[in-house]
Amino acid sequence: MIYISCPEIVLQEVRIVAKITVNKKTYETDADPSTPVLWIIRDEFGLTGTKFGCGIAQCGSCTIHIDGEPRRACITTLASVAGKEITTIEGISTASDHPLQKAWIENDVPQCGYCQSGQIMAAAGLLAKKKDPTDADIDAAMNGIICRCGTYNRIRAAIKQAAMQGGK
Amino acid sequence: MGTKIDRRLFLKASLTAGGALLVSVAVPGSSRAMSASLGHGTMADGGFQPNAFIKIAKDGKVTIVIGQSEMGQGVLTSLAMIVAEELEADWSKVSYESGPPDKAFINPLIGSQVTGGSTSVRAFFMPLRKAGATVREMLVSAAAQGWGVAPETCKAGNSMVTHAASGRSAGYGELLDAAAKITLSTEPKLKDPKEFKLIGKSVKRLDTPEKVNGTAEFGIDVNRPGMLFGSVQRAPVPRGTVKSVDDAPAKAVKGVVAVVNLGYGVGVVAQNYFAARKGRQALKIVWDEGSNATVSSEAILASYKDAAAKESGKAAKSVGNVATARSGAAKTVEAEYFAPFLAHATMEPMNCTADVRADGADVWCGTQSQLVVQGSVAKALGLAPEKVGVHTMLLGGGFGRRVGVDYVMDAVMLSKAAGKPVKVVWTREDDTQNDFFRPATFNKLSAGLGADGKPVFWHHKIVNGSIMGELAPAVFGFPFPADQMDDSSYEGAHNLPYSIPNFQVDWIRKDTGIPLGFWRSVGSSHTAFSVECFLDELAAAAGKDPLEYRLSLLDPKSRFAGVLKLAAEKAGWSTKPAAGVGRGIAVAESFGSYVAQVAEVSVGKDGSVKVNRVVCAVDCGQTVNPDTIEAQMEGGIIYGLTAALYGEITVKNGRIQQGNFNNYKMLRMGETPKIEVHILPSSEPHGGVGEPGTPPIAPAVVNAIFAATGKRIRSLPIRAADITG
Repeated sequence: MIYISCPEIVLQEVRIVAKITVNKKTYETDADPSTPVLWIIRDEFGLTGTKFGCGIAQCGSCTIHIDGEPRRACITTLASVAGKEITTIEGISTASDHPLQKAWIENDVPQCGYCQSGQIMAAAGLLAKKKDPTDADIDAAMNGIICRCGTYNRIRAAIKQAAMQGGK
Repeated sequence: MGTKIDRRLFLKASLTAGGALLVSVAVPGSSRAMSASLGHGTMADGGFQPNAFIKIAKDGKVTIVIGQSEMGQGVLTSLAMIVAEELEADWSKVSYESGPPDKAFINPLIGSQVTGGSTSVRAFFMPLRKAGATVREMLVSAAAQGWGVAPETCKAGNSMVTHAASGRSAGYGELLDAAAKITLSTEPKLKDPKEFKLIGKSVKRLDTPEKVNGTAEFGIDVNRPGMLFGSVQRAPVPRGTVKSVDDAPAKAVKGVVAVVNLGYGVGVVAQNYFAARKGRQALKIVWDEGSNATVSSEAILASYKDAAAKESGKAAKSVGNVATARSGAAKTVEAEYFAPFLAHATMEPMNCTADVRADGADVWCGTQSQLVVQGSVAKALGLAPEKVGVHTMLLGGGFGRRVGVDYVMDAVMLSKAAGKPVKVVWTREDDTQNDFFRPATFNKLSAGLGADGKPVFWHHKIVNGSIMGELAPAVFGFPFPADQMDDSSYEGAHNLPYSIPNFQVDWIRKDTGIPLGFWRSVGSSHTAFSVECFLDELAAAAGKDPLEYRLSLLDPKSRFAGVLKLAAEKAGWSTKPAAGVGRGIAVAESFGSYVAQVAEVSVGKDGSVKVNRVVCAVDCGQTVNPDTIEAQMEGGIIYGLTAALYGEITVKNGRIQQGNFNNYKMLRMGETPKIEVHILPSSEPHGGVGEPGTPPIAPAVVNAIFAATGKRIRSLPIRAADITG
């Protein structure tokens, strides 16, 4: 079976090995190229900050950045990310000092915390584009990420606080 | 169920292998002998058990071992605060650990190691204060002995003991060896609450840093050496079973290593999760759908209506004589209310990792009931309970769902079959369709008004299934006879606070075959809706303002009246709302706390509902971490509002019709109202905070819709057609 033709994927015997870049580090995997990259990141690379919530891009717990854009890892195949740069929650800062992370702590945003990686990645995508987002901008960027604990108002406050502190 | 906490307190200290001081505190919890599974703290006879543990390392760092589960409610921080307060620990150096399953951690209000019923602070406030205070006294005595001074002349603070007169001080870490030799006080002197530095102050949660950088470990994040991945196909109908399975196509999927017939479903074990899912899709299973194959929501509602009309049920409460009062009432109001089945929809789907070996087993999961997990796994494997390790991970939401052990058994049975550690992760569809649902509930209400508009009688018939009838035998392992009353079916309805001379609440138990469970705020999740909306109907029939009407039926000094007045004042109840905006109010007591909410709602011509603002007043007695109380009210409101606007699980041919967030909708950022939480200062005993924020929001919103449109919603979720129709 031919899966894909791409410089990053080379045939080695019967194994297809993909090289993908996550948080500026290159990883290799011989997983089925149709595997959602969520499971590769979590189970093969051990970066478990990115969460599974729905599997159909309805909840956003799995939000990562692909070439800087917030994307849902649960519906993104391994094959589609070859050669692209992935950033996960573990990669947005080296010392948990991203302005959003600091604002999340300052506002005590998380309750169970499960969705918060996705929330922060979506918010980081927003602040990268809009330094001073309006409420409507925040709604548009964040509406895809469900928080079952209901931390939405604190998320909004934390995004505004991070924006005020020039956060990106 | 509640066990009274005795004044006596036993404590034993020991040094761990690493030289750290480990202290277990015993309070009365049950008559059983104290567990020896932790290898320390054993008492001479039964009747007392440890329920909290303090570790002090040689560098003075304090670790509080918490037996309650963190599912978002902030319990790791709140309980640690209580210990640290009395221990006089340096808060900046306090950390927490999740404790193992142990009788030491039995929740004295429940009788098992259960995190539920909004009990954590209520159950452990005094035991943990005593735990901290005893250790503080021990450390002070150790220092005083070393210095040859009287303990009373020394003072503890910031993880240090100081003797001001001589200018000497010692850190807690330096005092461990001496402290371990001290005879412990059984009645430590507790701090005067006026001197509290932590309790009652808003303190930042200890678990936030790890929850913003991806390092927090939930059950789903567990990884074990050699671990395989599993996925289980359950029957399409609750309690259906496997008749036969053709597993050849699944076994042909690359990566699949085993297919296991579990009876209730078929599990596929593979080298990676994607292969397990692909293998599962390839299974060809013939099901015995059992007796639930014909269950449908329409039939349930019809049978409930019929029962309410024809059956009298059993009285949950009866005061005066409703029948006599009915004939003398100037005006009678009748209404029927319905609340549907609901799924919990925790963000983290059910999952568990198990490592079953010949001589023992370990499971890693988020659970609200560690001892039940341990006992159930031990029973299933024929092992002694102490051979089963239960490792409590962070819970990506609980809301009552993780009281069960169904998802634990998946991993256990697949690991047993595969002979290796196996992690089973449910799909969102698995999670939604195999829940223990909030019971669908039908209510038939009637009330009579006197000449002054006040109710002269109130008769409420409640028809639903029994949660305890479901969970007691299946999960907790004790019988629950069919004729036994189950408070969780009518709590909040039978203990109405309003002054009504003739009052009767009847319960008609009708199980449907659909599994039932505790859903955040349990019975009050639906009774607050039916009773607070019906009371609004009475106010309207009497031509009275809904707030004034409520207050006229309450003791003005009552806590109900207190939160109603506070919420109304902060919401500006006496002012006219903006054009097109309706304001509604509701109040409920649940889990020992009193919550009133005012909702401001705009209703579009198309019947669309936008909740703009919610003002919440809570009297939960004394506080531990006020910011956590606010957060729990905010979260409880969003949880209840989601259900009010969208929440509905329906059944057709035994099949749950909803599966994922596309057809079981959740409230999102853009729909979230402004929420203001006001805590009523109180010196009353602690109430719960995890659940009490949920009950009042549905009736507050429904009452606001009535204020805005004159339309009365009597069936949840709120539908545009019920407003425009």
